[in-house]
Amino acid sequence: VMFHRLLSVVRRQSSSRGWQKWSSARGGVSAAEVHSVALPAQAQVVICGGGIMGTSVAYHLSKMGWKDVVLLEQGRLAAGSTRFCAGILSTARHLTIEQKMADYSNKLYQQLEQETGIQTGYVRTGSIFLAQTQDRLISLKRINSRLNVIGIPSEIVSPKRVAELHPLLNVHDLVGALHVPEDAVVSSADVALALASAASQNGVQIYDRTSLLHVMVKKGQVTGVETDKGQIQCQYFVNCAGQWAYELGLSNEEPVSIPVHACEHFYLLTRPWESPLQSNTATVVDADGRIYIRNWQGGILSGGFEKNPKPIFTEGKNQLEIQNLQEDWDHFEPLLSSLLRRMPDLGSLEIVKLVNCPETFTPDMRCIMGESPSVQGYFVLAGMNSAGLSFGGGAGRYLAEWMVHGYPSESVWELDLKRFGALQSSRTFLRHRVMEVMPLLYDLKVPRWDFQTGRQLRTSPLYDRLDAQGARWMEKHGFERPKYFVPPDKDLLALEQSKTFYKPDWFEIVEAEVKCCKEAVCVIDMSSFTKFEITSTGDQALEILQYLFSNDLDVPVGHIVHTGMLNESGGYENDCSIARLSKRSFFMISPTDQQVHCWAWLKKYMPEDSNLILEDVTWKYTALNLIGPRAVDVLSELSYAPMTPDHFPSLFCKEMSVGYANGIRVMSMTHTGEPGFMLYIPIEYALHVYNEVMSVGQKYGIRNAGYYALRSLRIEKFFAFWGQDLNTLTTPLECGRESRVKLDKGVDFIGRAALLEQKQNGVYKRLTMFILDDHDTDLDLWPWWGEPIYRNGQYVGKTTSSAYGYTLERHVCLGFVHNFSEDTGEEQVVTADFINRGEYEIDIAGHRFQAKAKLYPVPSLFTHKRRKDDMELSDVHGK
Amino acid sequence: MCVCPGPRRIGTPVRSSSLPLFSDAMPAPAQLFFPLIRNCELSRIYGTACYCHHKHLCCSPPYIPPSRLRYTPHPAYATFCRPKESWWQYTQGRRYASTPQKFYLTPPQVNSILKANEYSFKVPEFDGKNVSSVLGFDSNQLPANAPIEDRRSAATCLQTRGMLLGVFDGHAGCACSQAVSERLFYYIAVSLLPHETLLEIENAVESGRALLPILQWHKHPNDYFSKEASKLYFNSLRTYWQELIDLNAGESGDINVKEALVNAFKRLDNDISLEAQVGDPNSFLNYLVLRVAFSGATACVAHVDGVDLHVANTGDSRAMLGVQEEDGSWSAVTLSNDHNAQNEREVERLKLEHPKNEAKSVVKQDRLLGLLMPFRAFGDVKFKWSIDLQKRVIESGPDQLNDNEYTKFIPPNYYTPPYLTAEPEVIYHRLRPQDKFLVLATDGLWETMHRQDVVRIVGEYLTGMHHQQPIAVGGYKVTLGQMHGLLTERRAKMSSVFEDQNAATHLIRHAVGNNEFGTVDHERLSKMLSLPEELARMYRDDITIIVVQFNSHVVGAYQNQE
Repeated sequence: VMFHRLLSVVRRQSSSRGWQKWSSARGGVSAAEVHSVALPAQAQVVICGGGIMGTSVAYHLSKMGWKDVVLLEQGRLAAGSTRFCAGILSTARHLTIEQKMADYSNKLYQQLEQETGIQTGYVRTGSIFLAQTQDRLISLKRINSRLNVIGIPSEIVSPKRVAELHPLLNVHDLVGALHVPEDAVVSSADVALALASAASQNGVQIYDRTSLLHVMVKKGQVTGVETDKGQIQCQYFVNCAGQWAYELGLSNEEPVSIPVHACEHFYLLTRPWESPLQSNTATVVDADGRIYIRNWQGGILSGGFEKNPKPIFTEGKNQLEIQNLQEDWDHFEPLLSSLLRRMPDLGSLEIVKLVNCPETFTPDMRCIMGESPSVQGYFVLAGMNSAGLSFGGGAGRYLAEWMVHGYPSESVWELDLKRFGALQSSRTFLRHRVMEVMPLLYDLKVPRWDFQTGRQLRTSPLYDRLDAQGARWMEKHGFERPKYFVPPDKDLLALEQSKTFYKPDWFEIVEAEVKCCKEAVCVIDMSSFTKFEITSTGDQALEILQYLFSNDLDVPVGHIVHTGMLNESGGYENDCSIARLSKRSFFMISPTDQQVHCWAWLKKYMPEDSNLILEDVTWKYTALNLIGPRAVDVLSELSYAPMTPDHFPSLFCKEMSVGYANGIRVMSMTHTGEPGFMLYIPIEYALHVYNEVMSVGQKYGIRNAGYYALRSLRIEKFFAFWGQDLNTLTTPLECGRESRVKLDKGVDFIGRAALLEQKQNGVYKRLTMFILDDHDTDLDLWPWWGEPIYRNGQYVGKTTSSAYGYTLERHVCLGFVHNFSEDTGEEQVVTADFINRGEYEIDIAGHRFQAKAKLYPVPSLFTHKRRKDDMELSDVHGK
Repeated sequence: MCVCPGPRRIGTPVRSSSLPLFSDAMPAPAQLFFPLIRNCELSRIYGTACYCHHKHLCCSPPYIPPSRLRYTPHPAYATFCRPKESWWQYTQGRRYASTPQKFYLTPPQVNSILKANEYSFKVPEFDGKNVSSVLGFDSNQLPANAPIEDRRSAATCLQTRGMLLGVFDGHAGCACSQAVSERLFYYIAVSLLPHETLLEIENAVESGRALLPILQWHKHPNDYFSKEASKLYFNSLRTYWQELIDLNAGESGDINVKEALVNAFKRLDNDISLEAQVGDPNSFLNYLVLRVAFSGATACVAHVDGVDLHVANTGDSRAMLGVQEEDGSWSAVTLSNDHNAQNEREVERLKLEHPKNEAKSVVKQDRLLGLLMPFRAFGDVKFKWSIDLQKRVIESGPDQLNDNEYTKFIPPNYYTPPYLTAEPEVIYHRLRPQDKFLVLATDGLWETMHRQDVVRIVGEYLTGMHHQQPIAVGGYKVTLGQMHGLLTERRAKMSSVFEDQNAATHLIRHAVGNNEFGTVDHERLSKMLSLPEELARMYRDDITIIVVQFNSHVVGAYQNQE
């Protein structure tokens, strides 16, 4: 019954073609038809949102065998942003995961018409990304390198070739372009209808004109939904409500924070060109001109992402508004100028209309998917940043995999809802941030850019103090962290000018900080780290931690253990350091952006036991990292306690007094492999301890340092960081951390079985350190991350992070090496021998640099020498 | 003491438009920079020699930003910099001979000059309702004289309803315009007060109680009041209201605004005259009152109370009403008559007031007695007092006055004083909803711009800020090219409008910078504003503008009530 009803909807909609069909089809639905259908009393899954996301999730769930699915749409199918979408499918994305999603969508949409019999208007047009500047071309070359290695054909072409590819383009101001021949255009509304139709055939029940009021939650678990037509009991709920996702998330008793905000988005439709454009005319993206142009019914469709976006619906919205938004020609003027510059012949083309279709944006320009950290069974797929059509298929598939298998087949941490917390859900924050995000879509993306809006939300108590000393800041999870400290006599370039793919202007500043870490002592404010305390009355804390973590935590009090928090397949859910404060309490330090994810993970596995307490103490402690050989001297002078390795061995934690302040948790580790201490200071003592450290440290040459120095130090020492190098699909064995896994610690832990198997069978990828050989730091492009790695000319993987090693005087990249079979392309076991016997190259924007592969950090050649220097130095300072 | 300061008001008239300053690019105006050109020539000669012998030195002159040199607010600094400037000019000229060099002020510099004196006042709204027919006003001044001789005042009457706004154009110094700007509104306010209030005030003064505030001033920080004379001014004012109390004892009829304005003007001028004759034991004050009396000022004052608008004018400043027609276009309604030689009725009046045999000498070369441009003014006792009185006052006055050639000079053909009066001509206008704003401005504006243009520019500015109608394609055949042209035009308009937050500033920008097409030419604006002090007066007069905006809703409501 449902399917017939749906088909009638589809037929009615496709009877009137084009963009005006919305209004013409609106009156066609009779009220009786809608009310006659009663909702089912229960279902396994309820999906809210009949746009391309909701239908794609339904489609993929049903394909994977989950057929007890209900899809609810408040208006009619494919009526929101999906209806107004420009219909461009492009795979040239900055993130590999986004490239993969778009590539999958492309393949899915292509065969959809055949599968469902519904016309989707799919035409393979190819797309051309223009570069007006050399920097833009570098950016395109980087994308090109990455597209090629995942099997998407693309090439960098000359302006002359661009002119051949597209007849109307003015190419005089171009330096080159990226041509992606397999990109396509498609009618997104029809794709959504086709997906819905296929899902419906697979058993998914679709109800339009049904408004969801709120999701019912009991004990942190989805139990059902309340609609204007009654209740449905369900285990899983999927929020695909697009523009409405934020409000829908907050409508529950237990709110789910989904940080999305809409901006108005404009594009133009024209009448056909005098000799109508072919339907396979390539789509053009002129990011420097901030516009895109595709063929549309013989004319063109052109829109863009302007510098001054208009955020909308900050105070909430209703469905009608989205259809009645005003055209704003004055606002569109810069984009129109840009369009006529790019295609001067278009001046005589007659306008059909200027479409105003709001798009949703997220705080970091990446879409949002995954399960809510607070409500189990509550899934989200929203915030597509204007790429809903490109991502729709792939994102729907990953989310369906997530629901069915527990985790997608690819690591999607970059898109995970849990990368955000409640702190990103302020409407003011979102409004300000999306105004920066929307133009950023077409801004040049260079390494190390930071968002400028929505800053200074979370700060350390030392913020002002450090800022006055020249700190430049970056933000992670709302927390301000110092990048480096600009000396008073040095001026850095303005933000815009400092954007570069080459050697940055802070190179010497960070060099000095690194040198100071190596030779004297530096202090880095690392308060942003996520800090949890787990305590219990009995052994419950130890028991649960032993089950959740791979290393053996049953260590003597005062010891620190580096350990992974693994999932069933042995992959890292989190990588942390845990100090055993007492028999029954543990202090856990994780990366900054783990605050929500790790909390949710622990909560999920911790038994309901009032004697077992998990507390987030991130805000309670300021963390100072004292790095360097003289950290010992500074601390012992401040505490009147011997701090030498004999008295205070490595990976040791002790509460002691520093200056006047008591109860400082001093830990002998620095997260960099350098000697030194982390001080966890109750915040009210932070300023005091900092002042004492700085004044005592003066004679040891102390100075402030920032995260860039830390990064250089840790990468040089082959310290992998979770979130950059490690993710949910990498196991400890794949990154040489066997020593942090105690398979025989006597207790089972999550992922143990997978690791045992892997230990027997061998690993299929291996984190490797690469030292660039023929790379000229001053003149060559710098590596960033995501650069393809070639072994003996064969692609074997991508880099995950990179930094300049000031000691090695070389660039160091970390990255995974795979072993793809030359015949079948299948992944094979990677052995140390395989790694060591290869000749490696790293591809930076199309240029390959020779690299030496290392499986273990380069032994500190200078250790001995430095010790000698130290003695000489201390002689000097001592007198 | 200012001796015959500008060529405009007293002395030989100079027609700014006939000067060749803006006829062409740099070479022509260069002739006018006579102090500059001399230096320039010198250094050119010197520079040529230098160039021949020390080529390598000359080829890399130290870069001095031209803008910084060009704007030379202080004469000493200017003199100091000029040789350098011409040196730079020269060497640059040699290197890029084909491109004419520009020394213009940058747009931000222009803006900072234009905006230095701008002031805006918005009538506060009460409970979201604005019951005043005045929305607010914008005012601004651009000096040409150093120091500026124009003054402006704005105040709200606190004991009666209504708002007073006025512009005052001083001549032979700024003493008189300053005094009138401080005092006139008090005289008007007192003239408007009912008998009981006057009594109340007098009793308060008598018993040393706190005085009812009469006026709430709306002043720019640069608009000052002289502290020293406040006591003297207060006493004169008190004498005035005491007389009003005596005069009206018993009768409490309606106060006629027109009469009140005329009385206030005349009384103040009389007081200025008397104070100068009586003198003051304090030598500073004595000198001050003499300076006030011997200099002069015109005044154009508007009193707005509900829909009743009175404009009292003495001299050649002007009040212009901006009326928006039904089709949206703007027209100007003049609410004042200039009192100068261009006004036949004024010439007629003067001739009637004096014996027939003076008919030829009383207005000569379009000036009063061949000297004074405005035919009505405050102060200017040289045109009011008898010769005896003038001589007596000057002789008994302080030395500075005695030494001054201008004050001692008796106008020719001076037989039947007074030749000059401060009595205003009052014009009443009942506000209508289509009356959107009133421009009060000194002649510095009106001689550079036509009244129709003034009203159009202000009108478009005020409405443009509020509602430039959005464009919608809806049904029309428009091509991308046409739309682009339309949008570019709109943007250009908006950007020039949005540069100013003040209608008066916007008007000054046009007055000084308009080219032949009626649009602001930055180059011209920059040239005009970078004229050295001693030259500025040759090209323009002081400009003072107040733009009062009316609240059409309130005006409409008044209309409907009746």
